[in-house]
Amino acid sequence: MSTQATSLFDGAILRQAVIDSLKKLDPRTQLKNPVMFITLIGAILSFQQLFTSKDPFGYVLQIALWLLFTVIFANFAEAVAEGRGKAQARALRASRKQLVANRRRKDGTLESIDATQLAKGDLVFVKAGELIPGDGEVIEGAASVDESAITGESAPVIREAGGDRSAVTGGTAVLSDTLLIRITANPGEGFLDHMISLVEGSSRQKTPNEIALTILLSALTFIFLLVILALKPFGEYAGVAFSITTLIALLVCLIPTTIGGLLSAIGIAGMDRLLQRNVLAVSGRAVEAAGDIDVLLLDKTGTITLGNRQAAEFVPAPGVTAERLADAAQLASLADETPEGRSIVVLAKEKYNLRGRDLAAPHAAFVPFTAQTRMSGVDLAANAGQPARTIRKGAAANVKTWIESQGGSYPAAITEAVDKISRHGGTPLVVAESVNGTATALGAIYLKDVVKGGIKERFAQLRAMGIRTVMITGDNPLTAAAIAAEAGVDDFLAQATPEMKLARIRQEQADGHLVAMTGDGTNDAPALAQADVGVAMNTGTQAAKEAGNMVDLDSNPTKLLDIVAIGKQLLITRGALTTFSIANDVAKYFAIIPAMLVGVFPAIAPLNVMHLASPLSAILSAVIFNALVIIALIPLALRGVAYRPIGAEAMLRRNLVIYGLGGIIVPFIGIKLIDVLLNALHLV
Amino acid sequence: MNNPNAWFQFALFVGALLLITKPLGLYLVRVLDAQGRTFLDRLVKPIERLTYRVCGIDPSKEQSWLGYTVALLVFSLVSLLFTYFILRYQDHLPLNPQGFPGLSPALAFNTAASFTTNTNWQSYSGESTMSYFSQMVALTIHNFMSAACGIAIAAALVRGIARHYAKTIGNFWVDTVRVTYYLLAPLCLVFALFLVSQGIIQNFQPYTTAHTLEGATQTIAQGPVASQVAIKMLGTNGGGFFNANAAHPFENPTPLSNFIQMLSIFAIPSALTWWLGRTLKNQRHGWAVWSAMAVMFVVGVLVCWKAEVSGNPIHQHLGVADGNMEGKEVRFGVFNSALFATITTDASCGAVNAMHDSFTPLGGLVPLFNIETGEVIFGGVGAGLYGMLIFVILAVFIAGLMVGRTPEYAGKKIEAYDIKLVMLVLMVLAATILGLTAWASVAKWGTDGLNNAGPHGFSEMLYAFSSAVGNNGSAFAGLTANPSNGDPHWNATLGIAMLIGRFLMIVPILALAGNFAGKRLVPASAGTFRTKGFTFVLLLIGTVVLVGALTFLPGLAMGPIVEHFLMGASTLF
Repeated sequence: MSTQATSLFDGAILRQAVIDSLKKLDPRTQLKNPVMFITLIGAILSFQQLFTSKDPFGYVLQIALWLLFTVIFANFAEAVAEGRGKAQARALRASRKQLVANRRRKDGTLESIDATQLAKGDLVFVKAGELIPGDGEVIEGAASVDESAITGESAPVIREAGGDRSAVTGGTAVLSDTLLIRITANPGEGFLDHMISLVEGSSRQKTPNEIALTILLSALTFIFLLVILALKPFGEYAGVAFSITTLIALLVCLIPTTIGGLLSAIGIAGMDRLLQRNVLAVSGRAVEAAGDIDVLLLDKTGTITLGNRQAAEFVPAPGVTAERLADAAQLASLADETPEGRSIVVLAKEKYNLRGRDLAAPHAAFVPFTAQTRMSGVDLAANAGQPARTIRKGAAANVKTWIESQGGSYPAAITEAVDKISRHGGTPLVVAESVNGTATALGAIYLKDVVKGGIKERFAQLRAMGIRTVMITGDNPLTAAAIAAEAGVDDFLAQATPEMKLARIRQEQADGHLVAMTGDGTNDAPALAQADVGVAMNTGTQAAKEAGNMVDLDSNPTKLLDIVAIGKQLLITRGALTTFSIANDVAKYFAIIPAMLVGVFPAIAPLNVMHLASPLSAILSAVIFNALVIIALIPLALRGVAYRPIGAEAMLRRNLVIYGLGGIIVPFIGIKLIDVLLNALHLV
Repeated sequence: MNNPNAWFQFALFVGALLLITKPLGLYLVRVLDAQGRTFLDRLVKPIERLTYRVCGIDPSKEQSWLGYTVALLVFSLVSLLFTYFILRYQDHLPLNPQGFPGLSPALAFNTAASFTTNTNWQSYSGESTMSYFSQMVALTIHNFMSAACGIAIAAALVRGIARHYAKTIGNFWVDTVRVTYYLLAPLCLVFALFLVSQGIIQNFQPYTTAHTLEGATQTIAQGPVASQVAIKMLGTNGGGFFNANAAHPFENPTPLSNFIQMLSIFAIPSALTWWLGRTLKNQRHGWAVWSAMAVMFVVGVLVCWKAEVSGNPIHQHLGVADGNMEGKEVRFGVFNSALFATITTDASCGAVNAMHDSFTPLGGLVPLFNIETGEVIFGGVGAGLYGMLIFVILAVFIAGLMVGRTPEYAGKKIEAYDIKLVMLVLMVLAATILGLTAWASVAKWGTDGLNNAGPHGFSEMLYAFSSAVGNNGSAFAGLTANPSNGDPHWNATLGIAMLIGRFLMIVPILALAGNFAGKRLVPASAGTFRTKGFTFVLLLIGTVVLVGALTFLPGLAMGPIVEHFLMGASTLF
């Protein structure tokens, strides 16, 4: 699966959605949505009015049909959202069809069975060239695995027993070696299965906020039902016999059908958007919680900084030229294949135009880094008139000892430089050279954590959204503070252990915050479980994946920022369409109330501010507008209202103007246009 | 409306209201805190302590929402029965110099319900029905206690919102005792003395019989009026000593007494908004709520005033161009009548200095709509605030979603259960008003009580039930709720409407208080909608007006709106 977004209206999805929207007319399905259920009852009653009403047949028929369309349109919106989600899920699921598993029996022999028969706890063998039959954990062996079917990333990854890289996903291919895997999910219970069921209406659970909103909409529907029921006797008192069809039309126009019809589509579409970004969520509740997050715990490495430190500066000792230091440092690093070593070579080349030299073995012996010496370097034999040289680079304390053991002195200026580098959040390396048995300190190299480009701006945006970022790092507090300042995070947790992470999350939660974090290792699992939103990396362990409530298939920690935005977008879309739906009622009253009363009280005509042609066309126009607006808003419901990281106040003002004020004005124009059209076509 | 004097009075009124809000709010902070100290402590504290000891109340023990609710309901029921029996048997009780008989069961029930619920709808006329004992004991006690209960409930709700993981919301007995002793009683004492200085009577004499210049005899009612009027206004009760209420010269003798009476209706509700801001540690939120109320109030006055000044086009064609003076006291004129009518219906007071029934259709629509929006424009003492908070929560819920977070109010997340309670309140109020009006409009007992035909008669019924459910108590007085044939329907339905409007609103609100109290406080951030400032004021106004309009527009269309257009076409009712 890749990150390509299914186009909003894919032909096949639409065709299926049309069929589904008719199937969903089943009253048992409708009962889940009180607003649309009332609309459906209204439609049925209107059809019944065809035979009893005194109103023109054509008018009653059109009202009845449009009421039915209102329900179908709402079904259609939900069906399209489901279709898009299913299409995405199907692409994922396709990869795991017809898998054969080699299950190990109790006696150690193997049997070939269908992957769908695998149960939790089964042990399976997978050889090179085979597909992994189900989600599980490697308990023996190591292998390179192609996970492109899930992540879209073509480079193979290593999966091995023990440690943080032991989790495998069903449907991925083993490229080399063999693995013994313990299956960790029953068929149909894997992460993917869970996600698929979330976008399918059948097992979808309403999220807490969706439940609250449904209560609000149902209560409004109840109030409007009362209003309409009371109108009949009110009319009787005034000597007006309101027709049942017209009362039903008014009722459906007033109840919040727009949001009622689109509510579930909005929720499903939110899950779709996550899926498009290669994030699997275990529940809709987690997606909604993402919008409420106000503290982000981010690992420094990989999220805030590039993975490795890079050489940034040479600080020569007194009496040593920078070129000489750079030259020695480059020589010492030529054989150093760590990213730090390579960056020293590159810096020397860029700054002092020193080319990497090819030093052949007889003259040069490279000394690799060991945990004991904590130094690396090169020993150069005397050659072409040059005396023999020994160059070492390493941690300040160890190099100092080396220099002093070689009879040299360690200048105070170096100590100062080293402290300064530490204070700025860098890692100092000291370079020293020994010629003819006398050692000299040449200077220090400033190794720096490189903060990712654009991350500071991103954090500033988060701050504007009211989200605080906390950097988690194993560095000492001094280094951590410097990087935190450079990256623009609000706070940091230095020399962090998993226990400290967990304690920090608990502390934030006790202060009333909602916390999100990413993690991959087994030792992250408790913190992932404790966080309100825990995003596990797909490369992480099974334990981490089970503890969190989302899995990022791309294993990209910055994805958390997208997840928060999707959560917020979901809530904003709901609020915006609710506001729009309720604001629409004003215009509908202005269309329908004068039309209902003008027959008995002709004096009320000036209240027909839209100058709608006739009472019947006024009512019909309002009903048609009410139905069509659902269709018109489907793209918005599926795409979501644009979210911009501006403050709450500014965002509210913007959305209130668009959906509140717009919601009052738009139907006046829409109803008028439909009225003109109806009369031009002589439909009334 | 080009009457500079009226504009000046209007500005003076709003200015005076603004001026008293903070000082009185500060005083409320002390009164509504069980440990609060006031300058009256030396005088009142011993009485407060004695009261607790006599009644066996432990003032240091707070109640859960359920305990609070039960205490309130039991107290209300007992006092309702107390009043009912006094009214039924006032002929056996003292201070009845006119020898009035006991009230009929329906009227006694209606009146007891009316005063228990702070409605003060009067199906009777005081000077020809009630003994002095009934007025002073059976009715006045409720004027104090129903007002104190209202403030207590508002205090409990706001406390619940402000607390963090709390189980209790205060002590009902302590709240009501403190409000009565430290707030209502001292204020009323001073206010009554002021009213007496303006010429309001305060005596126990039998009625005076006067002989007019034309030689006719006239009975001039007497009584302990000033003490009644003070609490009737301050406690937004509204039940007049006389049938003419504040239009009667003995109840409202001077322009100054009129001005101060109007101000006293809004005084405590206005101060409560300041107290709200203080308690929620968001003073600008308090002022935002105040501003929303003030804007709606000013607009209401302007519309009502404009309608009354424009008067009746038919009269104007006849050259009578001084606005609509029908049903108005000449001493107050058009502006002060429109202002009083708007104030008394913004708040759930219901005292009147002009007959709302005689207003022009649009002029009458303003008081009616004010009541139907739930009387949250300053509103009744306490009731206005807790009613407004229902709308605040609703507004924050819908708009809060639009900032991309689970909506929260004052750091408390608004969840499904809260919305259930909020909507329950709105549904009960709408169902009672619409349902009973619908019944009355097709029932013989309903239309029999009407004095006017057509849409105006309809307005009378809609107004009556709106007023009863809203616990306002004012009326389109063309309606006879206490007919001479003794049909109890109106008295009974109105009495039930008043009880529903009060208690079916209070119970969900106290449940809301309890639920909010138990939630954790979420600290505010840049992503939080802070419920203050211009946007919030507009949003709150929009929510109040929209909910009211969407629920009642069809009813209003068939009453005052149709009537307005018919008046333009020269048809009057």
